[in-house]
Amino acid sequence: MSDPIIICRDVEKWFDDFQALKGIDMEVHKGEVIVIFGPSGSGKSTFIRTINRIEVHQRGQIIVDGMELTHDVRNIAAIRSEIGMVFQLFNLFPHLSVLQNITLAPIWVRKWSKAEAEEIAQQLLERVGIPEQADKFPGQLSGGQQQRVAIARALAMQPKIMLFDEPTSALDPEMIKEVLDVMIELAQSGMTMIVITHEMGFARAVADRMFFFDEGLIVESGTPDDIFNNPQEDRTKLFLSQILTHD
Amino acid sequence: MTDSGSTQPESANIRPPSPPKLLVWLRRNLFNSWPNSVLTLLAVGSIYFVGRAVLEWAFFTADWRPVTNNPMLYLVGQYPRDQIWRVGASLLLVSFLTGMSWGEWRGIMRTFAMLLAGGLAVLGIIPAGGQMGSLAVHVFFLINVPVIFLGFLLGSRKFVTGSWVLGGWLFSFLVIPFLLRGIGDGTVLPTVETSLWGGLLVTLILAVGGILLSFPLGVLLALGRRSSLPVIKIFCVMFIEGIRGVPLVTILFMSSIILALFLPPDLRIDRLVRALIGMTIFSAAYTAENVRGGLQAVPAGQIEAAKAVGLNNFQTTLLVVLPQALRAVIPAIVGQFISLFKDTTLAIIVAINELLNIGKSILQSDVEFLQLQLEVYVFIAAVFWVLCYLMSFASRRLETALGIGER
Repeated sequence: MSDPIIICRDVEKWFDDFQALKGIDMEVHKGEVIVIFGPSGSGKSTFIRTINRIEVHQRGQIIVDGMELTHDVRNIAAIRSEIGMVFQLFNLFPHLSVLQNITLAPIWVRKWSKAEAEEIAQQLLERVGIPEQADKFPGQLSGGQQQRVAIARALAMQPKIMLFDEPTSALDPEMIKEVLDVMIELAQSGMTMIVITHEMGFARAVADRMFFFDEGLIVESGTPDDIFNNPQEDRTKLFLSQILTHD
Repeated sequence: MTDSGSTQPESANIRPPSPPKLLVWLRRNLFNSWPNSVLTLLAVGSIYFVGRAVLEWAFFTADWRPVTNNPMLYLVGQYPRDQIWRVGASLLLVSFLTGMSWGEWRGIMRTFAMLLAGGLAVLGIIPAGGQMGSLAVHVFFLINVPVIFLGFLLGSRKFVTGSWVLGGWLFSFLVIPFLLRGIGDGTVLPTVETSLWGGLLVTLILAVGGILLSFPLGVLLALGRRSSLPVIKIFCVMFIEGIRGVPLVTILFMSSIILALFLPPDLRIDRLVRALIGMTIFSAAYTAENVRGGLQAVPAGQIEAAKAVGLNNFQTTLLVVLPQALRAVIPAIVGQFISLFKDTTLAIIVAINELLNIGKSILQSDVEFLQLQLEVYVFIAAVFWVLCYLMSFASRRLETALGIGER
């Protein structure tokens, strides 16, 4: 296997006195799809936000594509433009049209021409299945459509890695599938992905490895087969039994 | 719905209920009970009597001579009449740019251009006394109307972009004060001291200048107040809280008297400019607090998303945070600008000849006018009301226009 594209060593993070991450070790290889799951407050969201430095870790090491995340501003900018991120609440820019949402960063950060950026944005909208919505504003779209725009916006920067922070948990049930379909297509195209989700169907279908987080630690990790059919830890078993009964 | 209804559409059932007839509406809303009928009659009665008294006064009793004798004084004060073309040229430039803005941006600029054209056409047609009565002045006002349409035609052209029009406005804001003030004693543009400027001209210079300068300053102060750099933050907090704790009258006194004491004697700042500085810093402090409210209303997720796509701090603020923050506080900011506009009358205390001061001087200029205070102040109040109402009208139109695509 190739060298890992993300290396996390003993990552720790505090919010004042509360320790959110208590030493996370993880290596992600190019093209891998990682699913992280765990109860709320387990630190999984905080963890993926440290990877593009939206949250700053206080101890340990994070190395993305050979660059270590430090206070060096140039490194942060370079790393952020290689990592796309999709949020639970979409976080589209409400004052910009769908097309402007997608082209904003390519034009200002990558310095592409407007025409070039718009052409690529249109291709991405095609890819996520909503080319006809380009001139609408986020407020005029359904949740599922908004999340697909958010995925297109992240892809527009041509990232090497995509982070998904519970991308479907704010969606109505009938819209979850349209977003998951886009993510599955993305996973099959060879994108490196770290996905926080409790959609176990998605995990079974495309995850290479799964990590179970609890109380700021990785409790258990393994292939979907290991996790679903042969979980080792009691906490994993308990949590899985809770979420799987709802499926 | 019945079976037959689902197969053959009955248009009569789908149509919304027709609005009630006038009599029905009256009975339902104004005479639906005894106390309401009494209140309605009382209200109609008082509207009638007050309205009649006001109209009778305005059309028969009032003596409008202090207003109609020489309206030019209300427009430009003592600006030398042989140099008045410079004010006219400035107005032409503004007319032209308003027309261009209409052609370029349509929407609300159309309303503005129409109102400006209408207002100037009225000034050009109504008979007026004194220097305003001359044919040349009438013709000049009327010429503005085709100039506005000329600007519109040019602004509608494909090759004229928004940045041209913005550049034109910027150019006019730099050139107009220069044109009005002049240079040296030459024959081309002899200096006209600002002490001679007056009336609506000065009111508009203070208001427009104050708004245009205080807005960016207020935005910077608001951003500075949220800065992570302690020096900038402390400076901004001290500036905002310091200014907000002092009455405008005091600030005007300080800027026009104390400022002169601190500066070296050979560096004399013009009196009008000093008043403008006072108005600007006062308004900026309030604008800053309004903008800060808008900044706080932008969700943290927006900033995270902007950073996640790779925008730096400056780009995040400029492209993501500010547009949303400002849009949220348009009503508050326009309210602030309306009060700034009305507060220009306070410049009277540092002897600036703005509109109200001109009114006062006219009252004192003639023994016959001494009894006609009511007429003059009602006229000035009406001018202020019209202009303030235009601003709040514009603000509402702007909100609707920007409201597209809001959550």
